[in-house]
Amino acid sequence: MSHTETEILTPSTTLAPEKHVLEPERSQLGFMRPDHSRSVIMDWLTTVDHKKIGIMYGAIALFFLLVGGVEALIIRTQLAIPENDLISAQRYNQLFTMHGTTMIFLAIMPLNAAFFNFLVPLQIGARDVAFPRINSFSLWAFVAGAIVINFGWVLQALQVMGLFEASGPTAGMTDLAPAMGWFGYAPLTGTNFTGAGTDFWIMGLQILGIASLSAAMNFVVTIVNMRAPGMKMMRMPVFTWMTLVVSLLIVFAFPAITIALGQLMFDRCFGTNFFVVAGGGQPILWQHLFWIFGHPEVYILVLPAMGIISEILPVFSKKPLFGYSIVVFSGAVIGFLGFAVWSHHMFTTGLGKVATAAFSLLTMAIAVPTGVKIFNWVGTLWGGRVRFSAPMIFSLGFVWMFMMGGFSGIMHSSAPADAQQQDSYFVIAHFHYVAIGGIFLAVVAGIYFWLPKMIGKMWKGNLSTWVAIFSTVGLNVTFFPMHFLGLLGMPRRTHTYLEGFGWETYNLVCTIGAYILAFGIFLLVVDIIRCFRKGEPAGNDPWDARTLEWATSSPPKVYNFAKTPIIPARDALWEDKYGPENRKVTYMDDHGHGIHMPSQSWMPFIAALGFIPVGLGMSLMQAGIPYMGYVAIFGLLVIGFGIALWAIEGPGGYHMHPEADAA
Amino acid sequence: MSATENEEDSHGSLVINNKKLLMWLFLGSDCMFFGTLISTHLIYRKLYPESYDPLLVFDLELTSFSTFILLMSSFLMALAVSAMHKGELKSFRRNTIGVIFFGLIFLACQVYEFAHFTNEGLTLSTNTFGSTFYMMTGTHGVHVAIGVFWLLCLYFYSYSGKMDAHESAVDVEVAGLYWHFVDIVWIIIFTAVYLIEYIPGLH
Ligand code: HEM
Ligand SMILES: [Cu+2]
Repeated sequence: MSHTETEILTPSTTLAPEKHVLEPERSQLGFMRPDHSRSVIMDWLTTVDHKKIGIMYGAIALFFLLVGGVEALIIRTQLAIPENDLISAQRYNQLFTMHGTTMIFLAIMPLNAAFFNFLVPLQIGARDVAFPRINSFSLWAFVAGAIVINFGWVLQALQVMGLFEASGPTAGMTDLAPAMGWFGYAPLTGTNFTGAGTDFWIMGLQILGIASLSAAMNFVVTIVNMRAPGMKMMRMPVFTWMTLVVSLLIVFAFPAITIALGQLMFDRCFGTNFFVVAGGGQPILWQHLFWIFGHPEVYILVLPAMGIISEILPVFSKKPLFGYSIVVFSGAVIGFLGFAVWSHHMFTTGLGKVATAAFSLLTMAIAVPTGVKIFNWVGTLWGGRVRFSAPMIFSLGFVWMFMMGGFSGIMHSSAPADAQQQDSYFVIAHFHYVAIGGIFLAVVAGIYFWLPKMIGKMWKGNLSTWVAIFSTVGLNVTFFPMHFLGLLGMPRRTHTYLEGFGWETYNLVCTIGAYILAFGIFLLVVDIIRCFRKGEPAGNDPWDARTLEWATSSPPKVYNFAKTPIIPARDALWEDKYGPENRKVTYMDDHGHGIHMPSQSWMPFIAALGFIPVGLGMSLMQAGIPYMGYVAIFGLLVIGFGIALWAIEGPGGYHMHPEADAA
Repeated sequence: MSATENEEDSHGSLVINNKKLLMWLFLGSDCMFFGTLISTHLIYRKLYPESYDPLLVFDLELTSFSTFILLMSSFLMALAVSAMHKGELKSFRRNTIGVIFFGLIFLACQVYEFAHFTNEGLTLSTNTFGSTFYMMTGTHGVHVAIGVFWLLCLYFYSYSGKMDAHESAVDVEVAGLYWHFVDIVWIIIFTAVYLIEYIPGLH
């Protein structure tokens, strides 16, 4: 249908003989498009290739994982012994705030995004995502948000050196990096309690939210519309299914936090009364809005992990996933119920008996689909020919460790029990079991599984075993004692504690565990570097896997599939390899038309970078630096300008002819 | 505007155009945005019934007029979309200019209303009513302004000669979806924020 038009837009199709030396063409703006650039940097900044975007998400996220990890180590070192004075209380508050924020928004979410980006189009047999330029915009907006949210550290360093003093609306405040906890409870976020750090946090999260929303919408459209012929919904790999569920969760859950952050920003910058107690504002409203987003958010974090596990277990058990449709369905149910349990974070605020009982019951109910999944995974292993390769070891670790986190979750789903556990180290233990024992182990399993596909090189040696040993031992030594600490009454977010409560040994053990875990992560980084440098060519299908991404070359070509595959069954590649004749993957004839590739573009990059002056301008204005309001307005203009040019330049595109190239 | 990216790469299962689906998702998300804003307003209104009497500033005639104008603009928008589907550029332009004009009238009414309220002493920081009212109606106003700008772009683009019947009809339809949604949100705000105050004995 739109072929005719594309032809007009892409004169390169007529460059008949030498199709492999394409020249960049002019966009409708009259500029050269950044296609086929010889400059590597320019190529990566303007890329619209979902695989490159995924790799960048992954690399940046791993960097922030290390940043968040260092923050955690400083926290644990401070707590190793009673009355330690390694860092001040204020620095401690900033470290735990930025640790939580970094891990959730800058490490786990983008690691998940890395897998979404790299895998989903390959798994559904697509050329790319539905809107490649929006995809590039999401990546760079994420980078902009990450810069804004961390910029407070720079200001704080200047302040410590005596080079900067906050004035203006936050005059006298000395916290310039966020210091009020990752859920930013009101009224602590008011200008009379916290300084410009809170503004960096608000602006940064707002930008990250925009990045997540645009990415999520893109992925829903991709999964609904871009599937290869025959790839029916119930033939999709579970990972793709979980991406769909998570994307919908983002679409419907993020608005609550976006509005709440907007209201908070207005409170701080323009004198509204949403959460200002003196003006009639209700801090409890913030809690509701935050957790209406916050609980779906924890499923946004964990469902992709469950998807990864559901891909890996069948491959290494040589069996199809046990109860595929049940696994998909319970994933969707978890997503749906996730919207109805937020108040379990607020049991102790006095919601009233009925509400408390209802939220308590719903929280318990959500354990049912979760348990169903666990049984399905066990069912997949049952009677299978299990191979203990690296991805499998981490996946088995996930099942076991995630269950531990689930158990403590169930324990505080009971409101009376939660009254004891809330705000104590017990909660810390709970969500670190689900976050590290669950999500982190699954992500590492995913890295071990798919990195050979991403870079085309196979792992060398078995350092992975040591990674597994150190990280699981480390995580248990760190977080298991925290259950006891919590029940012994140690509150979370205390910068130090007195001797004599019976907390000393546990804390010391926790700190030692943290270093063991850190060593495990260090080994992981070493192993990844080794794979890059010394890995042997991986081949298309090193694990004897089941899904479509393994049918492409490693690393996959820019165009993914030379010809569009036609999918006859679930586990398409497996059926193609071992199934009956009528279940082979066949390929569509392109009638010499070639593959239509989207053009690269500077515009998403420019538009997204506009968020940096907006975020920094608003925050620095609050710290009393003059003219910063204008910087923010300038940023808005850059965004508008970028989007306008983006619309005008047109998607462009060129055609590739893989066979002709090969010949 | 831009042609649908990558459209020809989708196979078989295409029941709804990529851009339209994207817009529907955005609107679903936007429902949650306005849902949060409106419920914040209603919660504070119920919590502090005595703190402020909006009838001191509300002007039902003016707001009914601007509501009516916005409704009519939706009607013209529908005509513009159908004109584009039939490839009638002239009629598309006529109706689009109408929508833009009505949208501007609505915005002018809102600017007048805000100025009037401020003169009467209701600002963002007067009380929670001021905060929630301005933020909610202001967000809606920004939506209308973006819509007007978008339609202006489409209007001028129609003179470039690059509009093609199929793709541009989709583009206009997507803008139409957005415009109708913004209209519907206003109907809800008009009911839940303005009209409700006139029910005797409610507070
Ligand atoms: C069986 C499933 C789960 C149940 C029943 C459950 C239940 C709960 C409850 C009741 C709380 C509130 C504790 C309190 O503050 O007193 C809580 C906290 C938390 N949960 Fe879960 N949870 C489950 C799974 C998860 C998962 C998969 C994650 C993903 C990361 C997660 C992350 C968190 C976080 C971050 C908190 C801490 C909130 C805070 O900062 O206080 N939970 N969970
Ligand atoms: Cu929760």
